[in-house]
Amino acid sequence: MITFVLIRLVRAVVTVLAVMTFAFVVLRMSGDPAQVLLGPDLPQEAVDAFRKEWGLDAPLWQQYLSYFRAILSGDFGLSMRDRSPAIELVLDRVPATLQLTLPALLLKLGIGIPAGIYAALHRDSAVDRGVIFLAILGFTIPSFVMGLVLVLIFAVTLHWLPSGGIGTWQHALLPAITMSIGGIGILARFSRSAMIEVMGQPYIRTASAKGVRWQDVVRGHALPNAAVPIVTIVGFMVGSVISGAVVVETIFSWPGIGRLLIVSVANRDLAVVQCILLIIAAVMVVSNLVVDLLYGWLDPRLRAQPAH
Amino acid sequence: MTNLVEIRDLKVAFDSVPVLHGIDLDVRPGEALGLVGESGCGKSVTWLAALGLLPSKASVSGRVTLGDTDLTGAPRTQLEQVRGGRIAMIFQDPSSALNPVLKVGRQLCEALKLHRGLTGKPAKQEALRLMDMVGIPDARGRFALYPHEFSGGQCQRLMIAMALAGEPDLLIADEPTTALDATIQAQILDLLVRLRAEMNMATVFISHDLGAVAQVCERVCVMYAGRIVEQGAVGQLFDRPRHPYTRGLFDALPRLDGPRVALTPIQGTVPDPRKLPAGCAFAPRCTHARDFCHGERPDLLAQRDGRHLACAYPLPEAPAAREDVHAPREGVHP
Ligand SMILES: Nc1ncnc2c1ncn2[C@@H]1O[C@H](COP(=O)(O)OP(=O)(O)OP(=O)(O)O)[C@@H](O)[C@H]1O
Ligand SMILES: [Mg+2]
Repeated sequence: MITFVLIRLVRAVVTVLAVMTFAFVVLRMSGDPAQVLLGPDLPQEAVDAFRKEWGLDAPLWQQYLSYFRAILSGDFGLSMRDRSPAIELVLDRVPATLQLTLPALLLKLGIGIPAGIYAALHRDSAVDRGVIFLAILGFTIPSFVMGLVLVLIFAVTLHWLPSGGIGTWQHALLPAITMSIGGIGILARFSRSAMIEVMGQPYIRTASAKGVRWQDVVRGHALPNAAVPIVTIVGFMVGSVISGAVVVETIFSWPGIGRLLIVSVANRDLAVVQCILLIIAAVMVVSNLVVDLLYGWLDPRLRAQPAH
Repeated sequence: MTNLVEIRDLKVAFDSVPVLHGIDLDVRPGEALGLVGESGCGKSVTWLAALGLLPSKASVSGRVTLGDTDLTGAPRTQLEQVRGGRIAMIFQDPSSALNPVLKVGRQLCEALKLHRGLTGKPAKQEALRLMDMVGIPDARGRFALYPHEFSGGQCQRLMIAMALAGEPDLLIADEPTTALDATIQAQILDLLVRLRAEMNMATVFISHDLGAVAQVCERVCVMYAGRIVEQGAVGQLFDRPRHPYTRGLFDALPRLDGPRVALTPIQGTVPDPRKLPAGCAFAPRCTHARDFCHGERPDLLAQRDGRHLACAYPLPEAPAAREDVHAPREGVHP
């Protein structure tokens, strides 16, 4: 068990390092912050001074080393735009993003999983077909289309809800729904097939042959087995509570991390972008870690096995 | 003596393809009945249908009665009482027949709670006793283990323990040893024979293995393509099979005693349930078939010696020339 956790911890750290490095290199290769921030017509001296000030004149590997040292001492750098600490800028936006992503996550879990399970237990019924149809619709329509359609209906035409901005819970409604629909579809499909698979297993027949009531076969014998694959997908969704909001925040002008990311990338605000990517990677990695540990808890067969 | 279970004209179809064509079968209290036939002939489906365990796409007709209870068309709650309580069933692949995420002790106690109302400490005591009885060493120490921590043979022992938990009148053992290696097979068969005697419980033993059937059973039903084609006492059928199909099953067996003879497998393959021949389903593979067999299907009729037979041109009652080859196998006669 200890090695199981240790191996996964090491893997998690390696993943975060890889993301950090990748983001660092790509950002620096893909455009000059001086050009973007200062404009194209500035004299060369000003550009050089800017480069020197931000350490952009050193060789890449030196820049990387000092970046890395700074991170280890908890210094995430300053925003090139207003010289405030990048980490503060980013953390300021976290609550706004969570205001969308957490309700969306609850919708995905609360609707997707029960719908999928119900459909599986009533296979080939009208309800089942309906669930499949809606699920496919849900995850094939891109969220920007879905968002615009919802805005057209509920904001522009019916005037029930605001079309953008942050403020009351009504403001959060459309973006949260937009964000959840794809996930509801995916989870419904996935829970359905996981449950169908499990209900066809010999041990389910054993439980029925033993005289277990049907409801208890479903609850006590099938669900604990179906939980294993479902948890994988849920882990993925939890992992993207920070990153999943980019498109939707942009559509609904929601001042969260997603929008900050878009703006900072456009401005080549290196420290801010790196900080956001680091946080996204960390959340992903932590949720994967939790999923791995949950596996062992849900499925005793995975406990004994060495990690692969 | 009245029958424990009576099956009358049981028919099953999947997606309107019939796979059982009217099975009549009785099980007497305490007897051991063998059900043999090639893969796909409907052995499992017969009993799954009787217990209402087939998926809902299966359409079932006919009557299955257990004492005064009519199982076909019985409400679900009543079936749930019968399952595991009066008729228990164990299956072919023991490793996948136990729930992988539940401790074996818990799975045993569940059956005890359902059918004997035992919970807590008494349930655990009884579960340990059952584990002991089916030969799980160190039951106390292994009570809280998961199925993957047991071997295939031990899983089948656990399945048997679970089946015994409800003290059933009838145990359906659906190829309980097919997935196990030979020595374990023999142990499980011994266990089944011993338990049946101890618990005075009828057994239906489904198998491809005629040797195993001879060891466990008193009476045998031979099934072919969803019908019973020959039925009688083990000694009768083994001494002198009269349906060419039964005979074919024996000829395909390796013999442990007597002279070494070449094995003669039955020619051809089992017919597809969607394309059954018009007459006797076995006719296309039968070396004795005549024109009549291809056009008309023989009924299952009682014979003078007490067996039932569905064949228009059966093998002779009297011993034939190849008598030596078909001398009874060891262990057939009590
Ligand atoms: N769930 C199912 N759906 C569709 N067809 C089925 C189903 N279960 C069984 N069948 C069909 O019913 C027929 C009888 O199957 P059954 O399982 O009873 O055979 P069997 O005699 O038990 O064979 P085996 O020795 O392989 O277990 C086969 O043709 C099989 O394909
Ligand atoms: Mg079978």
